[in-house]
Amino acid sequence: MAVVFQKTRGLTDVQTHYCPGCTHGIIHRLVAEALEELGVLDDSIGVCPVGCSALAYDYFNCDMHQASHGRAPAVATGVKRVHPKNVVWTYQGDGDLASIGTAEIIHAAHRGEKITTIFVNNAIYGMTGGQMAPTTLVGQKSTTSPYGRDAETCGFPLKVAEMMATIPGAAFVERVSVDTPANVRKAKKAILEAFKCQIEGKGFSIVEVLSTCPTNWGMTPVDSLAWLQANMIPYYPLGNFRKPEEAK
Amino acid sequence: MINEKVICAGFGGQGVMSMGQLMTYAGMLENKEVSWLPSYGPEMRGGTANCNVIVSEQMIGSPVITNDATAAIVMNLPSLDKFESHVEAGGMILVNSSLITKKVKREDVSAYYIPANEIANELGNPRIANMVMLGAYLELAKPVDTGSILEAFKKVFGESKAHLVPLNKEALERGAAFVKALRA
Amino acid sequence: MAKVLMKGNEAIGAAAINAGCRYFFGYPITPQNEVPEYMSRELPKVGGVFVQAESEVAAINMVYGASGAGARVMTSSSSPGIALKQEGITYIAGAELPCVIVNIMRGGPGLGGIQPAQSDYNQSTRGGGNGDYKLLVYAPANLQEMVDMVQEAFDAADYYRNPVLVVGDGMIGQMMEPVEFKPYVSKYELAEKTWATDGTKGKRGPNIINSLFLDPAKLEDHNVKLQAKYKAIKENEARAELYNMDNAQVVIVAYGTTSRIAKNAIESLKKEGIEVGLIRPQTLWPFPDRAFETLPEACKGLLVVEMSMGQMIDDVKLATSCRLPVEFYGRSGGMIPEPDAIADKIKEMLGGVK
Repeated sequence: MAVVFQKTRGLTDVQTHYCPGCTHGIIHRLVAEALEELGVLDDSIGVCPVGCSALAYDYFNCDMHQASHGRAPAVATGVKRVHPKNVVWTYQGDGDLASIGTAEIIHAAHRGEKITTIFVNNAIYGMTGGQMAPTTLVGQKSTTSPYGRDAETCGFPLKVAEMMATIPGAAFVERVSVDTPANVRKAKKAILEAFKCQIEGKGFSIVEVLSTCPTNWGMTPVDSLAWLQANMIPYYPLGNFRKPEEAK
Repeated sequence: MINEKVICAGFGGQGVMSMGQLMTYAGMLENKEVSWLPSYGPEMRGGTANCNVIVSEQMIGSPVITNDATAAIVMNLPSLDKFESHVEAGGMILVNSSLITKKVKREDVSAYYIPANEIANELGNPRIANMVMLGAYLELAKPVDTGSILEAFKKVFGESKAHLVPLNKEALERGAAFVKALRA
Repeated sequence: MAKVLMKGNEAIGAAAINAGCRYFFGYPITPQNEVPEYMSRELPKVGGVFVQAESEVAAINMVYGASGAGARVMTSSSSPGIALKQEGITYIAGAELPCVIVNIMRGGPGLGGIQPAQSDYNQSTRGGGNGDYKLLVYAPANLQEMVDMVQEAFDAADYYRNPVLVVGDGMIGQMMEPVEFKPYVSKYELAEKTWATDGTKGKRGPNIINSLFLDPAKLEDHNVKLQAKYKAIKENEARAELYNMDNAQVVIVAYGTTSRIAKNAIESLKKEGIEVGLIRPQTLWPFPDRAFETLPEACKGLLVVEMSMGQMIDDVKLATSCRLPVEFYGRSGGMIPEPDAIADKIKEMLGGVK
């Protein structure tokens, strides 16, 4: 029988611990495919964070380094400075990157570290059980915003891609979503571009991926996708915010 | 046996740190035991600075000089006020009389008043007042040879400053001559 | 090689480079700034990399990454900065990676001061971070020993795959003394770093650097393995200098620069006919317990002298099983003990001047 499709070599055969309907699986596959297609999988070193993707080191078929909460960009800096020719990337959630790790992500971009960050924004803390994240939408309920996020006391959700695009060292910044097949394809293209930006030595690259969390949102996977489309995309517009040729 | 414990003190820019370093380096060149301990922190930026220098023919324990300095070289008034009590009985205090009009109160130490800034100005470079003071001290205590100081000068400040050696040598000699005359 | 006159902090940098360290990640804090300054100046000359991190937290995590990638790497800081690094240090210990960390201590708690202190003894020896881990802690007392220990620290770190801490204080960091860089011969046989994350190159399975074990049984196994390593370090690496121990009526226990001040007190008491010995721990962890096994017969008690309010005193009591009285004299906040005060304390212990 002719093989018409097979799993990317970039992922291991380990069964993931992600909840049913969670889009981490799709994003993992896109990252792994991109590394494989660019021919850099065997030269790449991934840094996984604290959060839902803390165990990602078991899922990617390349060298992996588990980092402490928020510090993945600093760890990746250390790896990249030792192996400047290897492709070094971080995979971080919104609690990790947008809350505890803001200093590390901003300064990795600020130094123009030639690393790539895949930033998964699902507007909540998943691993710890659905607490409010800096990206939780106004009015959105979580276990630590049981009455809905109040902008008066919690502020408005942080727009990471827009913020990163203000940093001179950030050469590639794009926000994508994995809610539809068309958007998944666009996400893949952005992830490829981000890695190319690193391979060509143009600077720091980041792709923000809007993602669902059916378990902690308390919805079915299908309802979650609809909720993402109705609520997240209007607040977090998709698109490119910075291309290497625009970066200074 | 040489066991000199010297406090060099003044305000930032008077070269008290380098005066101490030259002595330390010179001692090392002569295979003596040496240590140099500076004061540090915000006070260094424009305020008072000091260093503890030990040049010895025996093992150095503590690099800190507390109340057992054999000599204090003070370049400004706050330094005299602060360190007069740190010199052991029988020790010496070298006072930069260009900037300090006050006299040493203690009677159990020898005081020498050296117009270091005036002498430096006569040599055409006000920044070498520290070397005048150092020359005076070397003459009085002889912890190291003047030649070693000049050798150390090249090591501490680099070959690019080697052309300043003759001027510094002159400053050391003028300081030495001044105290020699005082004692004569 | 001829001796050179160096500032302590610069000697640390020179020793590290001499030992093959090519990566340094740091953040400015007094009184250790000459270490990152030296590294930023000298590392590029030998093909190395210096990065000024955005914080101590980031710096130690860069060390974590670089070490995992197989490099000889160092960071340095001073007390409050080392407190910030504890997170990274426990991860590095947990992931069994080598690195060298230098703490040029200043007074605490909190922002404290910038003058010399030894008040991070507990932080150094008890593990400032979470979990059951230990650091090998060297405590040099002079610059030559600092140079030798920094060089050795890199080998010990690689050999045990464990972070190694070198502690000094503002005094040793700022002072100048002659040092000699002798050709360094390692006493360890070092294995190749086959575990490093340098890309599989398609020739091996992925290398994973990790300190996460969600399965309790596996985490316990990991801890048992770590303890076996710490036991080996304890057996092999504890060391102390003994000074003037014959007929000592009192034995001072002091480390680092404080031991030098203690020696001045010992010499001045000798002139008065009072014999005082010194046990100087050169490693703080493992603590040199064996040095306390046979104390001189004349010894009536021990005096712990520290630039802190008394932290090492617990280890001295444990090492002597409280067989003899253990007294304490310390100064803190950047105040430096004076030889006379130490001598007075000893006379007091001996029941006044004889």
